[in-house]
Amino acid sequence: MAASSTRSTSQLESEPGLPMTNIATAPARWRLKQPSIIPGFGLTLGFSLAYLSLIILIPIAGLFWRSAALGWGGFLSILMDERTLRALYVSFGTAFVAAAVNVVFGVVVAWVLTRYNFPGRRLIDAMVDLPFALPTAVAGIALTAIYAPQGWVGSLFMPFRIAFTPLGIVIALIFIGLPFVVRTVQPVMEEIDHEVEEAAATLGANRFQTITQILLPALTPAILTGFALAFARGVGEYGSVIFIAGNIPYVSEIAPLLIVIKLEEFNYAGATAIATIMLLISFAMLFVINLIQAWSRRRYGNA
Amino acid sequence: MPDQSRSIAPRAPRFRNPADEGLGAKLLLTFLALTFLLFFLLMPLVTVFVEAFRGGWDTYVEALVEPDAAAAIRLTLLVAVIAVPLNLAFGLAASWAIAKFDFRGKAFLITLIDLPFSISPVISGLVYVLLFGSGSLLGPWLKSFGIEVLFAVPGIVLATVFVTFPFVARELIPLMEDQGTGDEEAALSLGASGWQTFWYVTLPNIKWGLLYGVLLCNARAMGEFGAVSVVSGRIRGITTTMPLHVEILYNEYNMVAAFAVASLLAGLALVTLALKTILELRFGAGNSGGRH
Repeated sequence: MAASSTRSTSQLESEPGLPMTNIATAPARWRLKQPSIIPGFGLTLGFSLAYLSLIILIPIAGLFWRSAALGWGGFLSILMDERTLRALYVSFGTAFVAAAVNVVFGVVVAWVLTRYNFPGRRLIDAMVDLPFALPTAVAGIALTAIYAPQGWVGSLFMPFRIAFTPLGIVIALIFIGLPFVVRTVQPVMEEIDHEVEEAAATLGANRFQTITQILLPALTPAILTGFALAFARGVGEYGSVIFIAGNIPYVSEIAPLLIVIKLEEFNYAGATAIATIMLLISFAMLFVINLIQAWSRRRYGNA
Repeated sequence: MPDQSRSIAPRAPRFRNPADEGLGAKLLLTFLALTFLLFFLLMPLVTVFVEAFRGGWDTYVEALVEPDAAAAIRLTLLVAVIAVPLNLAFGLAASWAIAKFDFRGKAFLITLIDLPFSISPVISGLVYVLLFGSGSLLGPWLKSFGIEVLFAVPGIVLATVFVTFPFVARELIPLMEDQGTGDEEAALSLGASGWQTFWYVTLPNIKWGLLYGVLLCNARAMGEFGAVSVVSGRIRGITTTMPLHVEILYNEYNMVAAFAVASLLAGLALVTLALKTILELRFGAGNSGGRH
């Protein structure tokens, strides 16, 4: 991609100065960009692509290259290791449960924030973004302090333990994922026309029917997107989880932690293989999120 | 919207709007939402400060001025001072190219810019370990010139740049796309140069969105843990940023000091949220959706 675009940009850089006829005579040729009088296309796109390649693309390509060097046999033997499989299962399982909890409570929170007015609503609305702003390590030690056996909440549930079990991981991932659901659902909720609900009521629907048959279908794409974003973030989350998880191999050890452990043992092959499979799954999820949004645009005219 | 809220007041009229929930349902939903937020948002935040001041003010200050903590604070600031301007420059360049021009592969480029958001922080660090580590080509070659990347400041900066990569760009792209190219075309046709157009026309139009992106980028740069912990090697007082220092103290069971350093980061998060809210309310910045 980089090679073809640098060739074309250098060729097109002088384009603003070319007379219109010159551009018009070459409609059949492959053209990188539409003509424009605004300068700086070559410079900004060139810089962007160079920076993107150096920081993101080349390092990721390096990971795949190292992974390919393992060969199928080596790759599969690391993946089929019992400890790797359990770690992937813990990561995906807890992220799924946390995203599901966030869908339920995230929709309720978004509803209360958009529809009701109560003292401190603005403040609470701003607070929902806290997990975006609070460093994950800080969230991790704070949640551990609360949900540990001697913590404020943890002590209430003794002898049932929350922290240092997979349930603790779910708690941390609920914290991390909440704003993804609320902030994707909230704008769509705000745009719902109240007249639609009045029309439903006029036609004899009770409130429950209006909510389940009118409002929820309109919110479904946003809810699915929020779920997918929270799930994707939860699968890769590290900082907030490692403090509360207890990190017991086969039980509460997450895949990103296993990568770190392999690295500390200088087992680069093991770290690379686990990272590659996680990366492939997150690319697949990115694709699914884009599909949901495309489907939503086609069906409802919003993203 | 505010008209539905009136029925939450104690003297609600007998008539119940059929396009509205009953008072009981409203109270129940509000109670549910607020309880959930209490346990998952407010309590962690309060805990940080309660635990930090458990030993009193003097112990708190002592934990922050202690040499290793001070070194961690300095390193965190240094990393942010390098990483944020780099991503700011990229954000401006990328959004100019994407928003002001129509070219092939634009949608794909936007997807690539968003990529770091969907990659685990640990993997963001790992890719640099593989690139500059002992088994790589680049690492030993740079070492022969006396340049250390891994387990040193350059590696920490690179990992931070990676995870904060999209913040400014994804704030600016939708904003500049909304504004179109009319203003710039007018300025150019009146004889302004490209740079003049950017400084006097484009930049004033995007300044609040730019500030918003920088704010979020900075918060993440100072608070990043996973990616930095993989490349840092955790050499105490030398390659530990504030979040890593928190982890070290916590693992030593030095809770008060861990929470004291954590409270600085929590304070940074609160300041970020406050500024972010002001920018949203007063200048309409940050309406690009909740994907950060």
